[in-house]
Amino acid sequence: MGLLSDPNRRRALISLLTRLNAPICVVCYMAGVAWFMGLAFEPFTLRTYMSENAMGSTMVEERFPAGERALGTGREFSAHKKKAGGMPVDWLVKTMQSRGLEVFTQRFSRRLPFPDEDKERYMVKGTNVYGILRAPRAPRTEALVLSAPCSPGDDNNQAVGVLLGLAQYFRNQVFWAKDIIFLVNEHDLIGMQAWLEGYHHTNTTGMDWSPLQGRGGSIQAALSLELSSDVVTSLDLVLEGLNGQLPNLDLANLFYAFCQKIGVLCTTQGKLQRNDWDSVSGYSHAVQTMMLMVMKQASGRPWGDHGLFLRYHIEAATIKGINSFRQYKTDATTIGRLLEGMYRKLNNLLERLHQSYFFYLMPSLSHFVSIGYYMPAFGLLALILLLRALDLWIQLATPPTFNLNPPPSQMSSPGVLSVLTPLVISHLTGVALYTLPIHFQEIAVEHFPVSETEAVVLTAIAVYTAGLALPHNTHRGLFVPPFNGWKVLKLVAVLYLAVLLGCTALINFSLGFILALTLVPVAAFVTPDVPKALSAFIMVILSPACTLLFSVFLFQELQEMPVSFLDGWMLYLSVISQGILDHALYGSLVYPLVALLVYPCWLLFWNILFWK
Amino acid sequence: MLAIFAVQLTLAVLVTSVFACIQYRPLLFFSSGHTNNWAVLVCTSRFWFNYRHVANTLSVYRSVKRLGIPDSHIVLMLADDMACNHRNPKPATVFSHKNMELNVYGDDVEVDYRGYEVTVENFLRVLTGRLPPSTPRSKRLLSDDRSNILIYLTGHGGNGFLKFQDSEEISNVELADAFEQMWQKRRYNELLFIIDTCQGASMYERFYSPNLMALASSQVGEDSLSHQPDLAIGVHLMDRYTFYLLEFLEDIHPSSKANMNDLFKVCPKSQCVSTPGHRTDLFLRDPGSALITDFFGSVRKVEITMETINLTEPIQQTYSYVDQLPVSEIIHQKPKQKDWHPPDGFILGLWTLILLVFFKTYGMKHLKHIF
Repeated sequence: MGLLSDPNRRRALISLLTRLNAPICVVCYMAGVAWFMGLAFEPFTLRTYMSENAMGSTMVEERFPAGERALGTGREFSAHKKKAGGMPVDWLVKTMQSRGLEVFTQRFSRRLPFPDEDKERYMVKGTNVYGILRAPRAPRTEALVLSAPCSPGDDNNQAVGVLLGLAQYFRNQVFWAKDIIFLVNEHDLIGMQAWLEGYHHTNTTGMDWSPLQGRGGSIQAALSLELSSDVVTSLDLVLEGLNGQLPNLDLANLFYAFCQKIGVLCTTQGKLQRNDWDSVSGYSHAVQTMMLMVMKQASGRPWGDHGLFLRYHIEAATIKGINSFRQYKTDATTIGRLLEGMYRKLNNLLERLHQSYFFYLMPSLSHFVSIGYYMPAFGLLALILLLRALDLWIQLATPPTFNLNPPPSQMSSPGVLSVLTPLVISHLTGVALYTLPIHFQEIAVEHFPVSETEAVVLTAIAVYTAGLALPHNTHRGLFVPPFNGWKVLKLVAVLYLAVLLGCTALINFSLGFILALTLVPVAAFVTPDVPKALSAFIMVILSPACTLLFSVFLFQELQEMPVSFLDGWMLYLSVISQGILDHALYGSLVYPLVALLVYPCWLLFWNILFWK
Repeated sequence: MLAIFAVQLTLAVLVTSVFACIQYRPLLFFSSGHTNNWAVLVCTSRFWFNYRHVANTLSVYRSVKRLGIPDSHIVLMLADDMACNHRNPKPATVFSHKNMELNVYGDDVEVDYRGYEVTVENFLRVLTGRLPPSTPRSKRLLSDDRSNILIYLTGHGGNGFLKFQDSEEISNVELADAFEQMWQKRRYNELLFIIDTCQGASMYERFYSPNLMALASSQVGEDSLSHQPDLAIGVHLMDRYTFYLLEFLEDIHPSSKANMNDLFKVCPKSQCVSTPGHRTDLFLRDPGSALITDFFGSVRKVEITMETINLTEPIQQTYSYVDQLPVSEIIHQKPKQKDWHPPDGFILGLWTLILLVFFKTYGMKHLKHIF
């Protein structure tokens, strides 16, 4: 007979499972964490390589000559920007036209749900200016985008200068097979969102924009340039986009290949690559780089203007110029040549980038870990939940040895109801957490001396904390739930958490893994029998909100800018407000996921803890 | 007496031998047995990064044309248009040497099969001659049993196949069968097959028809490598084997006596990295006696004869030109026969003479028997 259909063997297996459940869970957890940490160890990673045959090697001759002129244009742009007090639309239109591009503008406006204190904006009105360089001999079916943001103050002037310099140089070449769109967007991500929505005729976020007059075919790849100084010491590649989506690895490979060819120092996450992988400090450096990428991906926000392109299946990345105190400096001509080389190679593409990986982690720019290698780390954590669920199922299936109070017949129907009530109430709390902060900000501002942003954030925290009080109230409800009802609830909750985390990890591995790290121990070990005070404290520490708080501190540590507790707290509040704003403005899914699904799930476990 | 006889004998022998030598030379001229040359040059890959395959084919085209084969006898099949590709920084050119030394596209290239017309089916139809009646002459291989054909294939290949256009393949078995069809239909006298792909030697493994000679740029399990990239254009310009083949062919002129053994030495492993291979077991002549120009050029043969040719009696009747054509019978309803009429009065005079002689001889009394 088979292993599972033979009753003797099945009983033996079941007893094994029940006896060893806790140790196996602990081992799985350790293994999962160890696997994850091992991902940054260089022998376990692969070197990056160019997968797309059409792009081939870096076999082009870059001849961009006009770096200094580009910087001069940047200074002109800066002067006009100061004069216009925003985007110098007329000057940009005139300059682009003089370079032979077809220039169009787009106006957009948006009222944020509450004022954004980080960027100091509430009612946003702006104009995007873009010029299309038509391919001399090709039909207008495909396009590439080069964009630079028009930032307030002194930022990114050189980026616009280099963009215009490249536009002039590209106009003189005959080998372009795709249209190239040079875009200067105002109000960074909001302007970019308006432009993309206008280009693709979609309106997902309720923004007001004027339709685009000129169009260039389907966009194959996009690069966003951020350059705020005349010389740079290194170029940083930013890959993480909205909802943790990453561009195709070939784009990063292309960038790295050209950096090596031209001899520019290139980094990812702002961290320079090290060669000593076998030393402790080398390994910890790689771990730090990978953790930075994981945290940025988990936050679900686009970390550069490129982040919004990814949703339309356009591979995009942001290149930031960093000027730190290093001896060897790279000038604008070299940056122009690097971009020229990249665009010439992207020009050779026949199809969209699809040969390389879409899901990966990069402990450094020359090494990567693909989804096949990092998923088992999450799988081990999810296994704990499944083991727990099996254990509970077995316990529920076998009647207890002696059963004093409720007769067994009473188990079935109130069982469903006893599960349903906490589920519904938790999810209603989640809905409250999702909707109340924004809707009641006016009332909050009336009654309390806080600004709107603070009102929103503090309402969110208040609703969250109020949810903690719930278990004491649900039980004074309709009926007295049976003794073992918590097991059914826990079974449902554990399976629910497993499915939720599994789906999250598929789309955004980092978010799923971080949530799993903290929620899986909670789910595995909470029962009404554990000491209440201690476990309540541990549960609160491991709840999503505190995970976020710790992540903020960890993120600052990893970026080598540690903050004090008070600053960290303010940063935490701004992170919450940014998360809510990202959801409202660009459709980021982290805030609704946490509010509507993860938090109710955690509340279910909180319910189980206080089960009477 | 004996001395004179000996001298006469020597002289006779000398004259005969000289006579024989001179007579032997014409035989040398026709030792290959072919009277016309054809070339089928095929590039099977498309896309910009396969620039080098088009450049390969065009280089061989250029050599073959330079050595005398006219466009009407060349079937050129190019699967993609590199000269007018949007990504070509020098439009209307295809270069085979970096720094743009040699433009093999030129201004008199005649491509017979272009773009998507280069398919396995079309290639096999060209070889076997089974083309629809509407196919123009420039797309046909109109060879006969005294044609020497050069077939050059380049593209991406593997063990036993050659990829056409990224969507189909021709296998070595199909190719061998096509050549056998050509042999049975007497469509070639001798055939030289050159292939420049990865694992090219696998393509000639299955040949079984006589008079085939084959060369390949690499053995089974080896890759044929490209030669040099041009940074301004951004692609590899040529494959190694064809690059050195082109260099070798640039030294050949129409009266060159270089033979196939020299061709086998082109691109040794030190230059090509792969090992070129060749197959001559099906070839009935010795490869050393086969000249390069037997296949790559179209050398007009001049026959020197030492004989005198006796012309026959001049034709008594002369026809006007028009009457020699079959149409003359349609135009003139009846056949025009020139009957011979004797001169006028000749019969009368003749009979009178006969009668006079008769009566003179036999007397006048017989006259009444006649009248």
